[in-house]
Amino acid sequence: MKLNTKRFISGILIASFFIYSIVIYTIGTSVDKGEDFVNAQAKNGKLLFQKKNCIACHQIYGLGGFMGPDLTNVISANGKGPVFVKTLLQYGSVRMPNYKLTETEINDLMAFLTYADKTGVSPVKKFEINYDGTVNWKSKDEKGN
Amino acid sequence: MKKEISIYFVLFGILALLGGVLFGILGAFQFIYPKFFTLIPFLKCRPLHVSLVIAWIFLSAIGGIYYYLSKYCNVKLYSNRLPSIHLWIFILTGILVIGSYLSGRFGGREYWEFPPILAVPIIISWILFGFNYFKTVFTKTEPWPVYIWMWGTGIFFFLFTYLESNLWVFSYFRDHLVRDVTVQWKSNGSLVGSWNMLIYGTAIFLMDRIKEDDTIAKSRLAFIMFFLGLINLIFNWAHHIYIVPNAVWVRYIAYGISMTELLILGKIIWNWKRNLTKALTDFHILSIRFIVASDVWILLNLTLSILLSIPAINIFTHGTHLTVAHAMGSTIGINTMILIASCLFLIPDITRHQFNKFQSRIISIGFWIMNIVLLFFWVALILAGYFKGRLVVEDKLTFQEIMLQINPYLTVVAITGVIIFTGMLMIFLPPLKFIRNYLR
Repeated sequence: MKLNTKRFISGILIASFFIYSIVIYTIGTSVDKGEDFVNAQAKNGKLLFQKKNCIACHQIYGLGGFMGPDLTNVISANGKGPVFVKTLLQYGSVRMPNYKLTETEINDLMAFLTYADKTGVSPVKKFEINYDGTVNWKSKDEKGN
Repeated sequence: MKKEISIYFVLFGILALLGGVLFGILGAFQFIYPKFFTLIPFLKCRPLHVSLVIAWIFLSAIGGIYYYLSKYCNVKLYSNRLPSIHLWIFILTGILVIGSYLSGRFGGREYWEFPPILAVPIIISWILFGFNYFKTVFTKTEPWPVYIWMWGTGIFFFLFTYLESNLWVFSYFRDHLVRDVTVQWKSNGSLVGSWNMLIYGTAIFLMDRIKEDDTIAKSRLAFIMFFLGLINLIFNWAHHIYIVPNAVWVRYIAYGISMTELLILGKIIWNWKRNLTKALTDFHILSIRFIVASDVWILLNLTLSILLSIPAINIFTHGTHLTVAHAMGSTIGINTMILIASCLFLIPDITRHQFNKFQSRIISIGFWIMNIVLLFFWVALILAGYFKGRLVVEDKLTFQEIMLQINPYLTVVAITGVIIFTGMLMIFLPPLKFIRNYLR
């Protein structure tokens, strides 16, 4: 392969990387169903989620550790819900430590989890598989889960 | 006599790997017995395990690149001082990262859980590395073999994708969950692609050097495969986040690009018999032996990776231990095997010692233990992931009941982890002895 060909392909690919990145940062991720639930509490809750390293054990959209359950829809899940989540945050469990969170911190985390719940569905349990290997599933407000 | 800087990179890399695997074993037992060794709980063990293993990948790969460039690539390093500064930044930052984890000061995100301020020295160290690398290789007038391209690409893309992984500090990204998760996994996916460039480049370099034949590293096919790898680095990451509700076309692009890996898989299978026959004739060379093992693991993991990239399969496997099987199979089976091969070439070369019969035998036993037990470890993770994925979709059991069902497989993972660590110790003890004598 000639040097100029290599340079040309590299240049095209590097340019593609930057253009694709900008597209992803903007129109690729512009949809946000839960934007009405983004408030100061939810923002603080998200940062607290990081500071306590909750992701070491839990998942959001199936991404994270596997010690505890996925928290994306924990606020609206059957048999769980806000009271269940708040109690766990206050007292911990056999597997989850008691972080001795303040009332404000608990409310912030609750606000973040409420926001997360509105954005989508995880894990996806009701879906249709298409002939080309792709999958369709219903979003949260279509009662997909 | 001035000591070769690469030996320090490799030494700290090996220590990071052994430490990282120990924390991994600790975490694996905490998975089964939550009250096991509560002094360092799981939420600290996990980031310690991941960050130390990533440190092993970087330290050993970078140490190799500095040494191979200056000794074997007919170029003189632009600066001999910058690698020392690079090493010091890396070590001091590493100590701060470990300290922040142990004291429970987090703040970052998965894989980079340390407070984001510590990203600054990491970025500076990569700028220094990149500056020195490109200033060095641009003095090389003859056509570059593919590994010079791969190392440069790995450095360039690591720098940008690592910067990207820190975009969450801006509220535009942080306050929008779907954007935040998408950009996080865009950067994580490409970061892995960028360090794979450093590692696969090292593998090609070693084959070229040991066989004293540079035709493969300069062949048209090698460059076609390199560009295919680069396309995957840029566009393939979204198979990690099929269920995140970003634009639908993001998923379609990732699915389509992921399937181009079938070309790589096809090439491996097509050349399998010929390459294996050739490799077996050099199986007595320790470095070659580890590269042959990595070839087998590439075949297994690439097959798994392609299957996991099909949305119809991914919907069952996402968020299960099947993803862990893929990550562990790639990190231990492919990356670590290649980097051990590099260590077993580089350490004797620098220290001017050769392994005696007894040491070769110990390394050889460690090699077989590591590879055979890794297969059981990998299969146990696949089975745990398969059953978890099926039970989650069936939606009849609670999370805790599902975890109880897969507990036997996770027990196998923890026990085989201990045996893999034993194999690693057997492999590394002889070269560590060389380093100790050299540094005395």
